[in-house]
Amino acid sequence: MAVTEMTKLTLGPIAYHWSAEKRRDFYARIADETPVDEVYLGEVICSKRAPFHEADLPDTIARLERAGKTVILSSLAEVMLKRERKATADLAAMDAPEIEINNAAGLYVRGDRPHRIGPFMNAYNEATIAWMARQGASHICLPTELPAEAIAVATKAARDLGLGVEVQVFGRASLAVSARCYHARAHGRTKDNCQFVCEDDADGMPLCTTDERPILRVNGIQTQSQSYVDLLPEMPKLASVGVTHLRLMPQAVDMVAVARTFRDALDCTSNITDAEQALHDICGDVAFSNGFYYGQAGYRRIAMAASG
Amino acid sequence: MTDLSRLPCALIQPLLTHVVRRIAARHPSLFARLGPHQSTDFLIDPIELPFALHLRPDPEALIFRAVPRDAAPHPGALIRGKFMLLLELMDAEEDGDAAFFSRDLEVSGDTEAVVRLRNALDDVDGSIAEETADMFGAPGRVILARLRRNYPTQENGAVAP
Amino acid sequence: MSLAELICPAGTPAALRTAVDAGADAVYCGFQDATNARNFPGLNFTPDELAEAVIYAHAKGTKVLLALNTYPPAGKVDLWRQAADTGARLGIDAFIVADMGVADYIAQTHPQVRLHLSVQAAASSPEAIRYYCENFGVKRVVLPRILTIPEIKQVRKEIPCEIETFIFGNHGLMVEGRCSLTNYLTGQSTNMDGVCSPASDVEYKRDADGTMSSQLAGFTIDCFGPDEKAGYPTICKGRYTAPHRSDAYYAFEEPVSLNLSRLLPELIDAGVHAFKIEGRQRSKSYVRGVVSAFRRAVDDIRAGRSADMADLVALTEGQKQTQGAFETKKWR
Repeated sequence: MAVTEMTKLTLGPIAYHWSAEKRRDFYARIADETPVDEVYLGEVICSKRAPFHEADLPDTIARLERAGKTVILSSLAEVMLKRERKATADLAAMDAPEIEINNAAGLYVRGDRPHRIGPFMNAYNEATIAWMARQGASHICLPTELPAEAIAVATKAARDLGLGVEVQVFGRASLAVSARCYHARAHGRTKDNCQFVCEDDADGMPLCTTDERPILRVNGIQTQSQSYVDLLPEMPKLASVGVTHLRLMPQAVDMVAVARTFRDALDCTSNITDAEQALHDICGDVAFSNGFYYGQAGYRRIAMAASG
Repeated sequence: MTDLSRLPCALIQPLLTHVVRRIAARHPSLFARLGPHQSTDFLIDPIELPFALHLRPDPEALIFRAVPRDAAPHPGALIRGKFMLLLELMDAEEDGDAAFFSRDLEVSGDTEAVVRLRNALDDVDGSIAEETADMFGAPGRVILARLRRNYPTQENGAVAP
Repeated sequence: MSLAELICPAGTPAALRTAVDAGADAVYCGFQDATNARNFPGLNFTPDELAEAVIYAHAKGTKVLLALNTYPPAGKVDLWRQAADTGARLGIDAFIVADMGVADYIAQTHPQVRLHLSVQAAASSPEAIRYYCENFGVKRVVLPRILTIPEIKQVRKEIPCEIETFIFGNHGLMVEGRCSLTNYLTGQSTNMDGVCSPASDVEYKRDADGTMSSQLAGFTIDCFGPDEKAGYPTICKGRYTAPHRSDAYYAFEEPVSLNLSRLLPELIDAGVHAFKIEGRQRSKSYVRGVVSAFRRAVDDIRAGRSADMADLVALTEGQKQTQGAFETKKWR
C-alpha cells in the first residue's frame, strides 16, 4: 500500500506530570527503539510543571535528533498568567526546532514565521485552515472530535495548500481544559498550592459516576476521556484521504510496543485484526473508542463497516 | 379550595377543548417551536387537583383534556407541580429552570419535549391564563382572580389546599 | 469611565422584547441552527423573526448582536456564511464570532459590521486578543470567566478593544470553545453543533423517596436528595467518585451561578465596557427579573448612588451564587 508507507507516525507531547527521571528514560527508549518519525516535546497542560523538565529539553532534543527523529516543541494550551505569556513568547522566538502552537497568543507572537497548528487551535474547517496557511502555518493537527467526513474535507483543503495534516489515532482524548486545577481540587487544594499532586497519576485520575461507571480522567486543568482513542483500524482510510501524520499520545503503557503495533499495521506487515489484538494485550483492560471519528458519542467503539 | 378542583373531568372538558383551540388559533407560531413534539403526549399533573391534564399539541388534532390520574395515558413527557406554579410557568410569570432547581417542578420522560413546550409557551406574549379567562367574559375573570387569591404564593410558603 | 452597557440574552422574540423593555442596551441572539452555541430545541430566531426583532429593538435604541459563535466543521462552512449574510442584510449591530474562518469571512464581506470576539474563542491574554483585533478588526472581546479584577485591569491596558465580561448566569468551568465533554457522551458537539447536554439525551429519574437522578445519554451525572437543590445536567456540574474520594463529590464545580452584582463598580473601574447576562435558554421571567435588576444597579452606579440590588438567588442554579474567579484566584 504505497499511500500508507508515506504516512508518518508521531508521538504527541506528554500530557501528564511525569517526573524528569521518568521522562528521560521514556525518551531514551523512544530514541533507541521506537518507530516514530516525529516527536512533540514540551509542557502543553500546566505551566507550573515546566520547570521540572525544561532543563533536560536540550539533551532530549539532541538525543532524539541523533536517532533520526524530527522534534517539534509544543506550546501551552492555556495562556493567561505572566509566566505562561513569557513561555509562549520564548517558544515563538525559536528558530529551531519547529514549533507547534496551541493558543492564539502563540500565533500573535510568532507572526508569519513558519509553525505548526496544534490540536487545541480549533482548525475545524477549510476556511480557518486557509486563513492559518496564509499566516505561515505549515502543518495542522485536526481537533480530536472531528468526524471522518469533515476530516476528509479539511485534509483535502490543507493538502491543496501544501500543509501536512495530523490526526490523533491513539491515547486519551483531551475533552476540556480549565483555569481551575481539578487534581488540586480533588485533594482540597487550590492551583497555587497544588503541591504537584498530579504526579501521582501517570495516566490521569479516574472519575466514576455514582453508579460506578468509569467516565473521565482528570489531569490537572485538563479533562480527558476515560477510553483510549484507537483509530488503528481506520488508518488506511485516513491515509487514503490524504492525512500525512498519525499521532500517538503517550499513555502509561508500553509506548514502544504501541508504536511498533501501529507501524506494523501501517506497513502491512501485520493485519489489522492481529494488530488490534496486540494493542489490547499491551493496554490491558482499558476501553478503546472511535466514536468521534464516526460522528457518534466519543466513548463508543464502532465496528468498522466492511469495505475494501 | 377552589371550585375548579371539584369540577369533574367531564364537566370541564368542553371548556378545555374550547380554550386550547382558541389559544392555538391565536398563536400559530407556537407549533413551529414544538417541532417534532407536536405529536407527543404531555401529562401535566397539578399535584393538588383530583385530575391531570393530557395535552397533545398537534395542530391537526389538538387534544387537551382532563383525565383521572389512574386513567391517564402513558405520557411521552410528564410535568408535575403545584397548580399555581404550572399556571405561572405557562404565563412566563415563573422561570422554569428556577422552579426545577428548587425542586418545585418535576419533569420526567422526554426532556426535549418539555424544553420545547416551555420555549414555545414562553414565546407567547401576554398571559394565556388571562386570555382564557377573557374567553368566558366577566365570570372567567372572577374565577381567575379567585384562583390567584386563594393560592399561596411561593414566597408565602406553599400550603396544601 | 466606560459606558457599562448591559448586554442581555434573548432566546425567543418575546424574550427579546422583554429584555428591550426592561432596559437592555443590547440584546444578543442566534438563529435556529448550529451557527450559535445555544442551539437548543424550540429556541432562537428564524430570519423573519430576527428582522422584526431588529426593527423592535432599534426603535427603542437597543442594539442587536448576532451570535455566530460556533466552529463550522469542514464541508459545512456555507451555513455560517449564509447566517452572516442574513444578519448583515437585516441590519444587526455586531456579530459575535469565535472561528477564525468565520471572522475572516465577515471581515472581508461585511466590513461595515462590528465584530465581537465570543468567549468561545477563549482569548484570555493580551496577545491572543490582539491577534483577533489586528487580523479581523475585532472591536470587543468577551473575556473568559477566569480572570481576577486586577488581571482584567491589566489586560485592558494592553489591548486596543473594548472588554465585555459576564456578570450573571450559568458559570461555565471549562475553557469555552475547547470542551468536547458533551460530544464524548452524546455524539453532539458543543463546538460544531452548538449544544451542551442536549435535552434529547437528558433523563430525570425519580425514586419513591423523592431522590432525583439526572442522566445524560445513560450516564448518571448527579443525584439529588429530596430536599437538595438541583442544577443543570451538565457533565462539569456532576458528582463523581475518585480513588481517594469514595463519596461522590463535585469534581469540577457545584451547581452554582455567577453573580457579580456587588463587583460592578470595581469592574467599571477596571475598564470593563459592557456587562453580559447569560441565559438565552432561560424564560422571559428570568430575563425580566435579571435585566431590570441590573438596569437599576448600573443606573445607580452611573448616578453616583450605591446600587441596591434585588435578590436574584431564586433564579440561580442550585439556588447558590458565586463571584468565581473575579473575586480571588484561589477559585482556580
